[in-house]
Amino acid sequence: MHAIVCIKQVPDTTEVRINPETNTLIREGVASIINPFDTYAIEEGLRLKERFGGKVTVLTMGPPQAREALKEAVAMGADEAILLTDKAFAGSDTWATAYTLSRAIRRLAPFDIILCGKQAIDGDTGQVGPGIARQLQIPQLTYVSRILEIDPESAHIRVERLLEEGREIVDCSLPVLLTVVKDINQPRYPTFMGIRRATRMEIPVWDCQALPEANPEYLGLRGSPTQVVRIFHPPARSGQATLLTGDTPALLAAQLADRLLADKVI
Amino acid sequence: MDFALSEEHQMVQRMVRDFAAREIAPNIKDHDRHQTFDRSILPRMAAQGLLGICLPVRYGGAGMDFISLGLACEELEYVDTAYRVILSVHVGLNGLTLLQWGTEEQKQRYLVPQSLGEKIATYGLTEPSAGSDAVGIQSTARREGDHWVLNGEKMWISLADVADNFLVFAWTDQEKKRARDHTGMSAFIIERSFPGVQTGTIHGKLGVRAGNTGWISMKDVPVPAENMLGREGEGFYIAMSALDNGRYTVAWGATGLIRACLDASVRYARERQAFGVEIGRHELVQQMIANMQLKYDTARLLCLRAGWLKNQGVRNTRETSLAKWHATVSSFECAADAVEVHGAYGYSDEYDVERFLRNSKGAVIYEGSREIQQLIQAQYALGYRKDRPLRCEMPAYDPVVWQQEA
Repeated sequence: MHAIVCIKQVPDTTEVRINPETNTLIREGVASIINPFDTYAIEEGLRLKERFGGKVTVLTMGPPQAREALKEAVAMGADEAILLTDKAFAGSDTWATAYTLSRAIRRLAPFDIILCGKQAIDGDTGQVGPGIARQLQIPQLTYVSRILEIDPESAHIRVERLLEEGREIVDCSLPVLLTVVKDINQPRYPTFMGIRRATRMEIPVWDCQALPEANPEYLGLRGSPTQVVRIFHPPARSGQATLLTGDTPALLAAQLADRLLADKVI
Repeated sequence: MDFALSEEHQMVQRMVRDFAAREIAPNIKDHDRHQTFDRSILPRMAAQGLLGICLPVRYGGAGMDFISLGLACEELEYVDTAYRVILSVHVGLNGLTLLQWGTEEQKQRYLVPQSLGEKIATYGLTEPSAGSDAVGIQSTARREGDHWVLNGEKMWISLADVADNFLVFAWTDQEKKRARDHTGMSAFIIERSFPGVQTGTIHGKLGVRAGNTGWISMKDVPVPAENMLGREGEGFYIAMSALDNGRYTVAWGATGLIRACLDASVRYARERQAFGVEIGRHELVQQMIANMQLKYDTARLLCLRAGWLKNQGVRNTRETSLAKWHATVSSFECAADAVEVHGAYGYSDEYDVERFLRNSKGAVIYEGSREIQQLIQAQYALGYRKDRPLRCEMPAYDPVVWQQEA
């Protein structure tokens, strides 16, 4: 079983501030972490390796300091790590990112499964995972909350997807790309042994020369169809709060239900 | 001179920080309020390798160094003192002492399962009527054939009601006991299962209420002769050398507590408004914040120096004592100021700082009170006190040796 996990290094805050001049994220003074959703993807990869043997490769595209995120994944137990970094990749939107990652994944083939977090907490697009699957022309199963069955021999997988309307059970063939939600597992902590291995590991760095198959026209800002015109904070919500009063919780609940019905909320 | 933490140390720090935030922080208020010790934390700490963090791999440990031990203590006490105390007694006072003084058989029998976290260990020196006056302990051990018979009572022992193994000190020479000659004291490893061992928990402590503190009663406890740690008459030296490691963990923990006070105070000072501005804009609040920063940095530097000396295998009694004195006294002052910054809210358990204040006082007293640390510093400065070489010195940290498989 070869599981490839795509991760992203993100600022460790849910309150990302934006530089109004350049419309870019302010990263100074904010510690970086592995995108929390990606830690579930790493954990799932490690569990597959523990069940079936094989290896887990983590892959990230980003600035040189994204190496830290890969080392963290190695400290958790990942076997190999690849850092995609090149000035030519800078400014990639989700399309160009998915394109670049997919070209790197082709170099890492064969593989059975690609795991991604459902989205990154900085950009929140949730597009890169599905984009990779499209680029590689393999099936994608998004918002996976459980792998119910997986058999590398018969190249079959059955998963549960967590959707707004409910849970969906899907059968699919391997290789496949999964994006996972946080219900899928509880990520482990790095171990001391893993930390030692990670700090001693030389992580291979791939630049655009390492991806001869990739069309330079499709990389970085030049290859990105998305143009960011302006980034702004949405206006603060205004509204009125009403405090309900009543003697018992039942009375309060009845009052609330009446109000919600009157306002056609329910 | 390099003031940067290595990549390895940074990763250890992040790991323990995450562990404490996820495994301890969510329930700490409940455990503190109800004075319950969460035993379930022990297997989780064991699985993570924390219970043998700086012990050699061949003795069941994780093979990390003394700085890693310190960083782990800082991160645990950042959340709550009770969990740092586990490392202090289990690793600092007991495990490292077995490593320094134990025979190979004792290490295999006791240190290996302790480092793996299969057995929990603590240290018993203090007695109901002997704290700072360690030579004033009353516990005795008399030889009977191939074993010793121990009698006495230990008090204020962390994990007394939890631990499986205890490192206790008792007089083996009654003449010297009367003469208060510390060369009449010896150290013993006793197990909870030995007949005549009883323990209990002390409730109603001011702080560290999520921790377990108690007493050990020994009534005619038969202890096999091979369970004497070190030689007959070496007990006092062993007890004091253990404190060099225990105090080190206490100092690092207090540093974490200072950082917790600083972070809580900064957060609150930016959010609470008074006189039309956030209170961080008021200079007297700034003064308290500045003091916390001063004490955090100075305490941490002293801890790092002590840890560096330990890694080098250099005797560090004075430096560790200084770190412990400064860090613990500072943590009490910072916690009091943190409550002040929070005003009336700080006085309620809605915020964490009242717990920090209650927790901080203990470490000013235990493992050598503030007053004892001052005497130590003065005696070194005046030349009244000099370190004499020990029969068993703690070896320097060597990653190759520490990480060698059995």
